[in-house]
Amino acid sequence: MNAGTPSAPLDVMRLRADFPILAEKVHGRDLVFLDSAASAQKPRAVIAAMATAMERQYANVHRGLHWMSERTTEAYEGARDAVARLLNAPDRHEIIFTRNSTEAINLVAHSFGRGVLRPGQAVVISEMEHHANIVPWQMLRDAHGIELRIAPITDAGEIDMAALEALLADRKVGLVAITHMSNVLGSYTPAARLARLAHAFGAKILLDGSQAIVHRRVDVQVLDADFYVFTGHKLYGPTGIGVLWARRELLERMPPFLGGGDMISSVSFARSTWAAVPHKFEAGTPAILEAIGLAAAIAYVEAIGYEAIAAHEAALTEHALALLAKIPGLCVFGAAQDRGGVVSFTLESAHPHDVATLLDRQGIAVRAGHHCAEPLMHRLGIESTARASFALYTTQGEVDALAEGILKVREFFT
Amino acid sequence: MFEELRDLYQEVILDHGRRPRHGEKLACFDAEARGNNPLCGDRIDLTVKYGPQGEIAKVGFAARGCAISIAAADLMAETVAGLSVTAAETLSRAFQTLARTGVPPALDPPLAERLERLAPLASVHEFPSRVKCATLPWHALHAALAGNKEASSE
Repeated sequence: MNAGTPSAPLDVMRLRADFPILAEKVHGRDLVFLDSAASAQKPRAVIAAMATAMERQYANVHRGLHWMSERTTEAYEGARDAVARLLNAPDRHEIIFTRNSTEAINLVAHSFGRGVLRPGQAVVISEMEHHANIVPWQMLRDAHGIELRIAPITDAGEIDMAALEALLADRKVGLVAITHMSNVLGSYTPAARLARLAHAFGAKILLDGSQAIVHRRVDVQVLDADFYVFTGHKLYGPTGIGVLWARRELLERMPPFLGGGDMISSVSFARSTWAAVPHKFEAGTPAILEAIGLAAAIAYVEAIGYEAIAAHEAALTEHALALLAKIPGLCVFGAAQDRGGVVSFTLESAHPHDVATLLDRQGIAVRAGHHCAEPLMHRLGIESTARASFALYTTQGEVDALAEGILKVREFFT
Repeated sequence: MFEELRDLYQEVILDHGRRPRHGEKLACFDAEARGNNPLCGDRIDLTVKYGPQGEIAKVGFAARGCAISIAAADLMAETVAGLSVTAAETLSRAFQTLARTGVPPALDPPLAERLERLAPLASVHEFPSRVKCATLPWHALHAALAGNKEASSE
């Protein structure tokens, strides 16, 4: 695809043909899949890449002296190159494969938190974090004497920058760990500004890109980030593969996370020495097939182009917000200026679970619950929401179906 | 379109879900427990008052959750009132079977009659993700009767 035509509109119907599952019926109706923020569907290119590896070119990596192992190692390390290009990482050795974003954050909490941060220092997270970016820091706080500070959000669902600056003022904060896009409110956070602010007070910055990287191009050098994490399965790739990118100088200073094969340089019963990064952080046989699948997913997204995807999803979101605003008793949460295609809402007459069940019977898949963000629910004064989220394969017609479906739910309960 | 949902959301469930008769914690109670469904955030705070023979005199609850869980809690409060603890536990097990399978297990006539009043909830078995909504209040009741403070539908 020609990158020189940034806003050539997506041919969504053609792209949908790449996703076999979208042709499925649910309860006898066309599947309207509006739960991609939880996990995205997979294009045939990803499915084929993984199947082909298993059928034709598979062995363990980094250890075999035979042809199959060498080819598989090339494919696995090729996936690392693909991720490095995606993030514009300056050094491919800065890409660590993990199981998912959660494991990537745990890796940082463990290795950077215990190995680099000192008791008495603090970590700042925000009020709109996923549990994956809350609980590892609580565990670090309790085990290692690190203070945990919470940066508030505004009522619109944006980071309160002045309040964040106040939390950094005593220069005790060693790390700011904040989402790049809220999985509930759809807010993007101003990642580059957050990084500047953190650095001005001597702190490092970790960005949870689980949602953001699905919808817009991420350049860790432009953002001036220190850590960036994301997960493969939301980016149209397989489950079981995630990514931690970190500056090499930080990775060099961090002790390993898990011990085992592949992460050592030498082992004796007296002591072991660690392999160089990234292998120091990749103990055991890695998710080889999943890395190959992720590389295929990245190639798929890049071929379409982030600019076209972003334009398509922005139009969908605008359309959805306009339609939902017309439904009496419906409340949308999140009004950030920079917001993406994740729309959480409540309906006066029905609990979100009931909304989800009734939508499901119309073939419409949404998520309902606290979205692994209970503290944010408390901040919003609610227990749960229903959430529709959009992907590159979502159509305007599906957004219309959502609005019509909600109207039917409303009728049912009133 | 919602024909099959009329089974799940029968009028009695919509009614008890909207206007629970026992949807307040008792001011004076002998046992209490909190039930949590951590995956979806449903929660019930249950209070139980015993009668002179140790039977369940009254159940009151404060809950947040969907129509199914509120109605299930309210119907439970209604049907266990007057039962001995042993009979309530028998009814609880029978209801959980009913919710999972849609088939009411055989019970002696007085309990069978009470289980029949819970029959509107039987169709949750067709909605696997919603079974826990209906059984959470019963887990909380079991915890309260056993003197535990916490119950989970997980």
